[in-house]
Amino acid sequence: MCLAIPGKIEKIKPSEDPLFTTAVVQIGGVTQEVNISMIPSAKKGDYILVHVGIGISIIDEEEAQKTLQMIQDLS
Amino acid sequence: MIRHIHEYRQPDLVKKLIHQIDKEVTRDWYIMEICGGQTHSLVKNGILDILPKQVNMIHGPGCPVCVTPQSIIDLAIELASRKDVVLCTYGDMVRVPGKNGSLLSAKARGGQVKICYSPLEAVQWAKSHPEKEIVFLAVGFETTSPAHALALSQARNLGLPNFSMLQSHVLVPPAMKAILDDPNHIINGFLAAGHVCAISGMHDYYEIAKNYKAPIVATGFEPVDLLWGILKCVEMLEKNQFEVTNQYGRAVDISGNQAAQQISTEVFELSDKEWRGLGCIPNSGLKIKTSYEAYDAFKKFNLSPKKEEESKCEAGLVLKGLKKPNECPFFGHACTPGQPMGAPMVSSEGACAAYYHYHYQSINT
Ligand code: SF4
Repeated sequence: MCLAIPGKIEKIKPSEDPLFTTAVVQIGGVTQEVNISMIPSAKKGDYILVHVGIGISIIDEEEAQKTLQMIQDLS
Repeated sequence: MIRHIHEYRQPDLVKKLIHQIDKEVTRDWYIMEICGGQTHSLVKNGILDILPKQVNMIHGPGCPVCVTPQSIIDLAIELASRKDVVLCTYGDMVRVPGKNGSLLSAKARGGQVKICYSPLEAVQWAKSHPEKEIVFLAVGFETTSPAHALALSQARNLGLPNFSMLQSHVLVPPAMKAILDDPNHIINGFLAAGHVCAISGMHDYYEIAKNYKAPIVATGFEPVDLLWGILKCVEMLEKNQFEVTNQYGRAVDISGNQAAQQISTEVFELSDKEWRGLGCIPNSGLKIKTSYEAYDAFKKFNLSPKKEEESKCEAGLVLKGLKKPNECPFFGHACTPGQPMGAPMVSSEGACAAYYHYHYQSINT
């Protein structure tokens, strides 16, 4: 149930009440409206983790590359 | 192909990691993965079969569906049977057995049960159905409680008098301590649940790692993520290091998500909590603060949970890692996903259901 799936922000839809700020997010070919009030610094093009319709974390591209590189480099 | 998932399923990386773990390990280690999502992935991807024999994975209590007390399900069923109430919850919850059937069977008898993907859907439902009382049955760990706090804050800002929450929230660190305080435990180290860490950060774990001499590694969910976490844990165990590390850097900041923590503490506060299978653990759950009590279904409908009934289900031993699911005498006979005796057989993240669905080979050996 703690599943969170990565998706890419295509468009941000601000709202008067910040609790209702949403984004159109592409998740594996499907677009979905996701609440992004908990990741206020998210911007268009970011990959985010979506859990129960809510963005909970912005994926750190640099860290992702670093991890993959470290594993590649294992002898 | 989904970015940030696909890369962590590459067979050549899996092979490298297995090889590396094999090189590091010199003796038996018992490592608990906390989260049911991790259990599911380990079993589904066959990782338990390819790990070196000395690395023993113990499946922890991190499936919120599995640890929700039966009494909460019974209250949800009671509410769903009222004419004025629509009971909304996640799909995973509707099949969990209560005393007299599940929410699904209550629905078949005419109860009003609506499955929601998000708690925010239920808020919108309350807005468009002012004639009904919308109750959201909210269960979850730290990953999900901020989402529920957000739903309550939205309901308050929208001025919805007909929305409330029947909640059963649990917290990971107190459960880890309770497991480690059991003198029979055999756990050497932990894979911490990556998405819980994405919200809460890592600070609660330093004390646990030090006091209980158990390394703790924040770990993701894909095969490469899991093996990367296991490798780090084995490396620390082999060197007698009891530290906390983050192997899920792309998703976890060690201080967590501040905005999520903030909204959660605005709405919820700590409370003692009954866990199905583990009993009552002090300060291991959340309750709705008095400032939000108008949205607390316990208060709104004057509900009080009944005492838990004794059950033959051995979930407690399974959740503590003292028994494998297939060592339960009911596994696959009296207890199956079609006819579950306990919650770990219901949810796809429950250890028993994961073993059942993916025919883990040790079941027959
Ligand atoms: S197999 Fe069934 S009865 Fe046994 S522990 Fe799992 S859920 Fe409980």
